[in-house]
Amino acid sequence: MTEFWRRYRRNRGAVLGLVVMIAVVVLAASAPLVFPASPWKLAGRPFLQPLDPVFMLGTDMLGRDIAAGIAHGARVSLLVGLATALASTLIGILIGGTAGYAGGRVDDALMRFTELFQTIPPFILAIVLVVIFSPSIYSVIVAITAISWPPVARLVRGEFLTLRSREFVQASIVIGQGHARIMISQILPNAMPPIIVYASLMVASAILLESALSFLGLGDPQLMSWGFMIGASRNVIRIAWWMSVFPGLAIFLTVLALNLVGEGLTDALNPRLARDVRR
Amino acid sequence: MTTRILVRWASLVAVTFALLGLGGAFAQPAPKRGGELHSLMNPEPGHLAIGLSLQVPSQVIGSKIMQSLVKYDYDFKPIPVLAESWTISPDGKTYTFKLRRNVKWHDGKPFTAKDVVFTTTELLKTHPLSRRVFARVEKTTATDDHTVVFQLKEPYAAFMTAFDPSSIPIYPAHLYEGTEYQKNPWNEKPIGTGPFKFAEWKKGSHIKLVRNDDYWKPGLPYLDAIYFHSIPDAAGRAIALEQGKVHFTSWGNIEGYDVARLKALPSLEMTTKGYEMIGVMMWLEFNYRKPPFNDVRFRKALAHAIDRKFIQQNIYYGLGKIPTGPFASVTKYYDSKVDTGWDFNPAKARQLLDEMGLKPDKDGVRLKTTLMPIAATYGEQFVRIGEYLKQALKDVGIDAPIVAVDAPTWIKRMGDWEYDLAVNFIGQYGDPELGVARTYISSNIQKGIPFNNMAGYANPKVDELFANGAVEMDEAKRAAIYREMQKVMVDDAVFVWLLEFEYPHFINKKFKNVIVNAHGNKDDFEAVHMVP
Repeated sequence: MTEFWRRYRRNRGAVLGLVVMIAVVVLAASAPLVFPASPWKLAGRPFLQPLDPVFMLGTDMLGRDIAAGIAHGARVSLLVGLATALASTLIGILIGGTAGYAGGRVDDALMRFTELFQTIPPFILAIVLVVIFSPSIYSVIVAITAISWPPVARLVRGEFLTLRSREFVQASIVIGQGHARIMISQILPNAMPPIIVYASLMVASAILLESALSFLGLGDPQLMSWGFMIGASRNVIRIAWWMSVFPGLAIFLTVLALNLVGEGLTDALNPRLARDVRR
Repeated sequence: MTTRILVRWASLVAVTFALLGLGGAFAQPAPKRGGELHSLMNPEPGHLAIGLSLQVPSQVIGSKIMQSLVKYDYDFKPIPVLAESWTISPDGKTYTFKLRRNVKWHDGKPFTAKDVVFTTTELLKTHPLSRRVFARVEKTTATDDHTVVFQLKEPYAAFMTAFDPSSIPIYPAHLYEGTEYQKNPWNEKPIGTGPFKFAEWKKGSHIKLVRNDDYWKPGLPYLDAIYFHSIPDAAGRAIALEQGKVHFTSWGNIEGYDVARLKALPSLEMTTKGYEMIGVMMWLEFNYRKPPFNDVRFRKALAHAIDRKFIQQNIYYGLGKIPTGPFASVTKYYDSKVDTGWDFNPAKARQLLDEMGLKPDKDGVRLKTTLMPIAATYGEQFVRIGEYLKQALKDVGIDAPIVAVDAPTWIKRMGDWEYDLAVNFIGQYGDPELGVARTYISSNIQKGIPFNNMAGYANPKVDELFANGAVEMDEAKRAAIYREMQKVMVDDAVFVWLLEFEYPHFINKKFKNVIVNAHGNKDDFEAVHMVP
């Protein structure tokens, strides 16, 4: 573990990313304490500029506190990001792992199924799914998961395909281990590093997708999110820049931080590759 | 010599005076012919058949091509158009219209009484607004080529206000009779009697109308052509208007947040006049079938919980009027003395709810229900209204999460009574009988039909007043009936009337006579001209 951290630490950007991510998590966790009122509450006079003594980041066109919106929006972004990354990874491992391990017709069938999802423009598919199930936090998570798992499946399949012909796997077959056991206890741990890296990047892309859906007014109407804040205030950007700039910065920083963390994880989990790059 | 000089001076002075005199006579010169007016269609309509469905962009364009028997000034006084004159029998049941002679359709065929009879008895049978009017007509006859007689079953006071060109456009019988109206190819290139003829439609780009040189009013129209451009992006529309590429905008073409900026430009004139005929009212609607919405104390509590001034100021950027009752201020028989007295007073709202026994639970919630605002496709401001109302209600202990639906779903669910609280808006069409009655009379409670009495409000007194108002031909007595009705409905707090819409008309100052009557953008534009 210390070795892992030593390698991670070597990438300064990754450390910075981690710091920002911790800040976002703290912000999300503390939102109900720092901003106990609902972020939808019409807290003050509309169109208040930032650096107001009460409303640090100003208020929007209905007098809602932008700072409260950003704090509560962090919860939604993180929830959607983590939930979809987790779900997509599980589905991807299940489908990609089975395809890569079994090969042959099973592989063909599963990969054609995966391609079916990949041929539809992903964002359009997400919009259609959200509209069909009517916008809510669950339909947003389902929709983003539906378009996020195919690349994971392909990645996992590739790993499984190469690993299954290795000697240690053949040895496991010889000593009579079951297929499921071989997949879970022998191949999967060795395939994990790229999956973890990919999952961290998926959190970032899920946050972006959620923001894009909310921007279009397809987010959960009961939950304040960053994309919604930008979408609602883009019309008034000429007279009130702060309403869209602050949530925009929040998305930008979070997504950048997650990408930096992903890079750090690559370095830490794949020392050989990292050293190659540095050389 | 001196005489000659004197004469010369005298003649010079005389000429100067003559010129001045002439100048005086020409202070109001006859408007110059020529010029093109560029306007917008937003969104681009599906067709231009204004007699077959209600689409605002179609109506704005089609009203330059097709005309009705009359049109109305700002006070809803009829102005002769295709009808030269008319008489009403003393019993109020027989309307005789003398039609204008020498009017030609754009394809050269003469306009006759046959066209009027065909349009009013056949073509408009399915028209959402005018079918109500013609349902009251017993018999329509053409006594000669230029006379039409409407024989009513009983007197109908709103009859002479019903001939809005977008509700009752006269159609050419020779092109429509015996055809399947909805599929008639002329729906996309209409033939009318109006001052402008359909010229071309480039889908996704523009519709062009050109001057009708055979127009029945000699010398009119002044403009050579009118273009309606499709610019789907709100910022693009504002810039086009700002740069003078577009000269005239209406409805929500220009979003509320841009109004103040564009209004200040010296090249533009802004007016909210010209929407008298449509008179749009927005309200918070209750589904009366679901208690406690049928309790007047509850409805009044909500009325006090909502800051209507806030909506007008912050969501509509100061445009619109705060209603004093069910009638829009531009609608006939509106009584400004009737007042809801609904000041923004959450404490009073809470007190009313307490009196009803709707006490807050440990989370401060008195009632759980839902709120279905108007779909976002109608405009961002409806999303903001939903968000505002949800918060305002929450503040007095009513938990009403937003049900976000698209436009067709909204219409379907409203028509099927599948809602609790909803936001709704409807045009009142000048006469309360034409646009107000449909929302409140109990005979209009019909499941599955949108835009009638969807709430299920039923008050025998209101029904009676509407019935009396419809047949009362005496203006003073009619006004008294509607005055009483407004009082009754305010006492009932039927809905929380939120805002009477005011839309801006932006007119480039190079053009005159654009907004001249209650039809506003739906006028025929025969007298619109450029300043020299």
